[in-house]
Amino acid sequence: MTKPRTVTLTETAVLDAPSDAWISALRGTGASKDDAVGRLHAMMLRVARWQVQRLRHTLGRIDADELDVLAQQAADDATIAVLGHLDDFAGRSRFTTWAFKFAVLHASVALRRHRWRDREIPTEPQDWPYQPDPGAGPDQQAAAGDLAATLRAAIATALTPHQRDVLVALAINDVPIDVLAERLGTSRGALYKTLHDARARLRTTLTDEGYEPPPSRREKGR
Amino acid sequence: MTAKADRMVTRLVGTGEPELSCEACFTHLDRYVDVELSGGVADREIPGMAGHLANCPACAEEHEALLACADLPPTASGEAAPRTSGS
Repeated sequence: MTKPRTVTLTETAVLDAPSDAWISALRGTGASKDDAVGRLHAMMLRVARWQVQRLRHTLGRIDADELDVLAQQAADDATIAVLGHLDDFAGRSRFTTWAFKFAVLHASVALRRHRWRDREIPTEPQDWPYQPDPGAGPDQQAAAGDLAATLRAAIATALTPHQRDVLVALAINDVPIDVLAERLGTSRGALYKTLHDARARLRTTLTDEGYEPPPSRREKGR
Repeated sequence: MTAKADRMVTRLVGTGEPELSCEACFTHLDRYVDVELSGGVADREIPGMAGHLANCPACAEEHEALLACADLPPTASGEAAPRTSGS
């Protein structure tokens, strides 16, 4: 089982003209820099508003003003993040795509946290992700039921308590990873590593029990 | 197994593919999306990204959003970049 890893792209990129203009302006001084920062904030707000509208259906009842406050805060945070990471922009994408990802991230995190702001994090499985498939035959249903029982037993016995809590929260109870990270006082990356390790352990247990885990998308395509 | 059972197992055990971390995913997401939009083979350019997006719903959502908005005009007036002193 491979671990999450970091890739390094080493090619040197030449900035396209619009990206070069953005970087030059944001690294400038005086009124021209102020103007560029204002434009950057407007761009972040545009994307943050677009993303909160896109995911509005996930929030239930929320009025337009409250939604716009979320977008404004996300745009502020994204602008600060972009300005703080300017030296990281290596020109391997358009500047706008690079900057947009900060607005998308901050708007997405704000929405997920808002959705869970008054909710406890459930520590027990709320609903095992197995529903009888009405189209399946009796043998298939029985096999799937056996597999579900094997998985429940493996979750109870093969994982550490922390791995179990993280797996149950993220993979069964659909708690967003950044919400769980905030509640536990850890990072999204650290939680994902725990989830990855828990999944690997379950995968090994399933294999040891004689089950064949579903093939990856790559294997399916062969 | 049934398709639903397959999905259940995948949620719990992942796809088993080589994959990036969440941090590396965010670092390379802009490049990945621009390669996708230009018709290139993004998975070859950034190995492990597709595996991570298949296993991490939060990163997958952010990828989907960036892919959908990356070609939006950055400003309401449609300007691609600030005007520089020489332009």
